[in-house]
Amino acid sequence: MLKVKNLNTGYDNVPVIFDVSFEVNEGELVSIVGSNGAGKTTILRAISGLIRPFSGEIEFEGKRIDVMPAHEIVSLGIAHVPEGRHVFSKMSVRDNLLLGAYTIDSEAEIEKILKEVFEIFPRLKEREGQKAETLSGGEQQMLAIARGLMSRPKLLLVDEMSLGLMPILVDKVMEILKEISKRGITVLLVEQKVQEALEMADRAYVLQTGKIIGHGTGSELLTSDLVKKAYMGM
Amino acid sequence: MFAQVIASGLLLGFVYSLVAIGLTLVWGVMDIINFAHGEFLMIAMYSAFWMYSLVNLDPLVSLPIVAVLVFGVGVLTYKLIIKRVIDAPGLTALLATFGLSLFIRNLAQFLWSPNYRFIGDCFVSDKKVMLGPVVVGLPQLVAAIGSIIMTLLVFYFIQRTKTGRAIQAAALDRNTAKLMGIDTEKVYALTFGLSGACVGVAGALMASFFPVSPDAGVLYSLLAFVIVALGGFGNISGALYGGLIIGLAEALGGYYIGTEFKYAIVFLIYLLVIQVRPKGLFGW
Ligand SMILES: Nc1ncnc2c1ncn2[C@@H]1O[C@H](COP(=O)(O)OP(=O)(O)OP(=O)(O)O)[C@@H](O)[C@H]1O
Ligand SMILES: [Mg+2]
Repeated sequence: MLKVKNLNTGYDNVPVIFDVSFEVNEGELVSIVGSNGAGKTTILRAISGLIRPFSGEIEFEGKRIDVMPAHEIVSLGIAHVPEGRHVFSKMSVRDNLLLGAYTIDSEAEIEKILKEVFEIFPRLKEREGQKAETLSGGEQQMLAIARGLMSRPKLLLVDEMSLGLMPILVDKVMEILKEISKRGITVLLVEQKVQEALEMADRAYVLQTGKIIGHGTGSELLTSDLVKKAYMGM
Repeated sequence: MFAQVIASGLLLGFVYSLVAIGLTLVWGVMDIINFAHGEFLMIAMYSAFWMYSLVNLDPLVSLPIVAVLVFGVGVLTYKLIIKRVIDAPGLTALLATFGLSLFIRNLAQFLWSPNYRFIGDCFVSDKKVMLGPVVVGLPQLVAAIGSIIMTLLVFYFIQRTKTGRAIQAAALDRNTAKLMGIDTEKVYALTFGLSGACVGVAGALMASFFPVSPDAGVLYSLLAFVIVALGGFGNISGALYGGLIIGLAEALGGYYIGTEFKYAIVFLIYLLVIQVRPKGLFGW
């Protein structure tokens, strides 16, 4: 479904990502793990069109998307839940969700998706009219994910969901992500919390200073020396 | 007499608000101060004037045409100038709009001479209306009502429509707006157009009781800056209240202290408020 080929990218001509290749197949939950500053967020930004590759290609369902503007990529079926939530703070929960459905024209369809999303996140239904900035950190994370689902994506890019959440909430959002994946949405999850991410991923890639240094199924990587040594202090 | 002064201050205030809303909209969405805003207003006044004197259109009739015209001026300004400087560092964008304002003003002098022109005989000219105990000029009353309607339309558009939500989103967080599928380029062009439409309406309304000249926009854009700062940069309701405050201050100051001091009082209020609340009365 998503193919990243020999991607080199970065900021203002400062390279950050070096020759990264990976793919995500339909229906999978794939994770990219790596520590602070490895370049995880940068890869997601390149996929969703916020930054351009210096070289290399990104393909989605057989189409080159690395030349398309970000707003068109959304219409193809890729939703990006950015790091740090980035909910529209001064706007209501409902308006945030409606913005998530910006690419969908039919009002009836939007209402239908809204209903489905409220089923997964009943808490958001209760807070519908509240400004997003008045939500707790966990609720804002839920809102960011829910907003991502509103465009009925085929592929959901999720960046560092666990950031700043209590462990109990981390478990909860991970559960929700699994649930979303079960509903047939392909998920690419980027995480610093290596253990949790590997436990739930079908497959995963390990990123270190902009290069992929290992990949395998989640359970393979969990027991590999590479991951144990580098990320779990064993 | 007091009621009379209050009434005329409020009527003027609504027109000021509309001009300021146009200015604050662009600031709120793009973080750009459009120094040519007053010149957009001047273009609107001339458009109304020429349609009146050449094809005998009453300003109230030509108003929608003027609004669309200045909307177009706004969109063009974005596409030809602002787009190229919006991400440029430092004062580039500021200097660009400042340069544009000088250019438009000089062009107007060149094309139409610096002379003052008046719309002498239109529908509202020289009519008065009794509102309870106070008498107000019909031009002022119509200008206020027109401004209120346009202000409500802008509020409705921004807060209740899909495109309005996209404008809000782009204002709050440009990159995340893109991730929602919003074409931020389009949103910016539209915002500039909308800002132009605000002064388009205001200008067409003002042309029936203010002299039209190449410098006509200078004072009002200065007042609009004060209002925007008072109301909090980028805050649309703030601009509405700020406009009313300045309208009242001007009227009260002009009556009780002296016409020659009315703008001094306006700026004094501004300086005082900024000391206490640097982000404006309604800023965040
Ligand atoms: N907007 C930016 N401008 C310039 N450099 C940036 C920018 N964003 C990130 N970088 C640099 O790119 C590198 C990779 O950053 P990135 O945010 O992709 O890492 P990450 O793996 O997501 O880290 P974290 O786990 O902390 O979120 C870092 O060295 C960072 O300093
Ligand atoms: Mg990151």
